[in-house]
Amino acid sequence: MSGYWSDIFTGSKSLITGLAITAREFFKPVVTERYPWEVPTMTPLFRGHIELIGNEETGEPNCVVCGMCQRACPSVCISLDGKKNEGGKGKVLTSYVLDFTKCSLCGSCVESCNFNALRFSREYNLASFDKNDFIMDLMKRLEDQNRCKH
Amino acid sequence: METSIWRALFYLVGIMAFAGLNAAYLGWCERKGAARIQRRIGPCEAGYAGLWQPLADGLKLLSKQLLVPQGVDGIIFRVAPVLAMIPAITSMVVIPFSDNIGARAMELSVLLLFALASIGMIAILLGGWASGNKYAIISAARSVSQNLAYEIPMLITVITVVMISGSMNLREIALDQQGGFWHWNIFRLENGHFLTMWISFIIFFICSVAETNRAPFDMAEAESELVAGFMTEYGSMGFGLFMMGEYLNIVVGACLTATLFLGGWDCPFGLTPGVWWFLIKIYILIFTFIWIRWTYPRTQIYRLLNLSWKILIPFSLVNLLITAALIKVF
Repeated sequence: MSGYWSDIFTGSKSLITGLAITAREFFKPVVTERYPWEVPTMTPLFRGHIELIGNEETGEPNCVVCGMCQRACPSVCISLDGKKNEGGKGKVLTSYVLDFTKCSLCGSCVESCNFNALRFSREYNLASFDKNDFIMDLMKRLEDQNRCKH
Repeated sequence: METSIWRALFYLVGIMAFAGLNAAYLGWCERKGAARIQRRIGPCEAGYAGLWQPLADGLKLLSKQLLVPQGVDGIIFRVAPVLAMIPAITSMVVIPFSDNIGARAMELSVLLLFALASIGMIAILLGGWASGNKYAIISAARSVSQNLAYEIPMLITVITVVMISGSMNLREIALDQQGGFWHWNIFRLENGHFLTMWISFIIFFICSVAETNRAPFDMAEAESELVAGFMTEYGSMGFGLFMMGEYLNIVVGACLTATLFLGGWDCPFGLTPGVWWFLIKIYILIFTFIWIRWTYPRTQIYRLLNLSWKILIPFSLVNLLITAALIKVF
C-alpha cells in the first residue's frame, strides 16, 4: 500500500509528459523525403567514392601520376597509368580505374594526394545488379563532368 | 412516420455508409497521424495526400484469396471476422447522433451496447480458437481476460452516469445534459458532480481504449510477441473485416463517451446544438485514441490486469459511492 498513491501520481504525470512530447512532434515539420522524387543534398563531408579533380580552365585532371594514392591504398583498389607529356615536363594521366567493390572509403588516397587531384564525390545512387558497375573508370567520369559543365 | 419502411431503409443505408466511411478513412487518419507524430509524411502516392489509399487497400484485400489453412475449424474460422464487424455496426442503431438523428431510442440502450461489445470479444475468442495456432490461442485467452477485467470498471462508471440521469436510454442521457458544458456529466455543476465525474470520465476512457484492444492495451494483437495474435491465420477480407471491426469499435466507443460524458450533440456554450457538435466531439476522441496509440508502448499483461483490478475498479467503486451520496444529500 505504501507506493500506491505515489505510483498513481508519478504514473499519470509521466503519461501526460509522453502525450505532450508526441503532441509537440505532431506539429513539427516532417524530416523524411520522398526519395525518388525529391533529391537530397549531401552534406559537405559526405564520403562517396573518390573522383578526379579537373583543372579549372582546361578540365584536364590535376593528377601528375605520382602514384601516391595507389601506394597509400590499403585495399589495392586504385590502378592508374600515365605516359610522358610530349612537349612538356612530367606525365599525363591515361587511365585511372577504381575498384569500388574493395574500397572501404578510408580516405588514405585523398589524404596522400599532394596535387589537389582527388576528392570524395557526393554520389549516393550506387545500387546495381552488376558487380562490374563498381569497377569505375574515373577518367571517363571526369570527361562526363566536363561535358556537363560546357 | 415511426412505422414507415423508408425510415428503416434510410437509417440502414445511413448507418452502413457512416460505418463504411469511418472504417475506411480512420485507417488513413491513423496512418497519417502516426506519420506526423513520427515526423514522416505517411501515405501520399494514391491520390491527393493518399486519399485513395483506403480504396486501394480495400481492392487489394478483396482481390486476394480467402485462404483457409489446414487444421482450422472451417465454419468458426469463417464466421469470426463477420462476428467482429456486425455488433459494431449494430451498436450504431441506438446511438443518438443529434436531437432528431438516431435510428432507435430504446430503453436499456446502454445495456444493449455493452451486450454487443461482449459479442465483439467472442469474435476474437472464436477467431483465435478456430485458427488452431498457438499464437492465436494465447492472444484470444489474453484478450478475454483483459476485456473481462476492463468491463467491470467501465460498467461501474456507466452506473454512476445512469444514476445521475435516471435513465438507461442514451437519448435521455444526452437530453439530460443539454444547455452548455456545465450541464455535461463530466463538469456537471448540479449536486457537485464535477468533483468526481472527471475521474469517472478518465476511467471510462481508459477502459474504452482497453475494450477496443488498442495500444497500449493491444495484448490481442501484440505483433512483436504473437505475430498478429488472433489475426495470424487471416488474410484477405477476413483480416479486412477484423480491421474494420476494430475501427468501428473505436467509433462506437467515442460515440458512447461523447454521449455519456460530453453532452452528446450539445454545444459547450449553449448555441447551435446539432449533429456537427457530436461529430466534432467523437473525432476529437478518436484522434486522442490515435495519439495515445502512437505515444505509449504496449504494457505487459499482468500490469494491465493490475491497473484494472488495483486502481480502476476501486476508484470507480469509490466514485459510485460518492455520486450516490451527492445525489442523496442534495
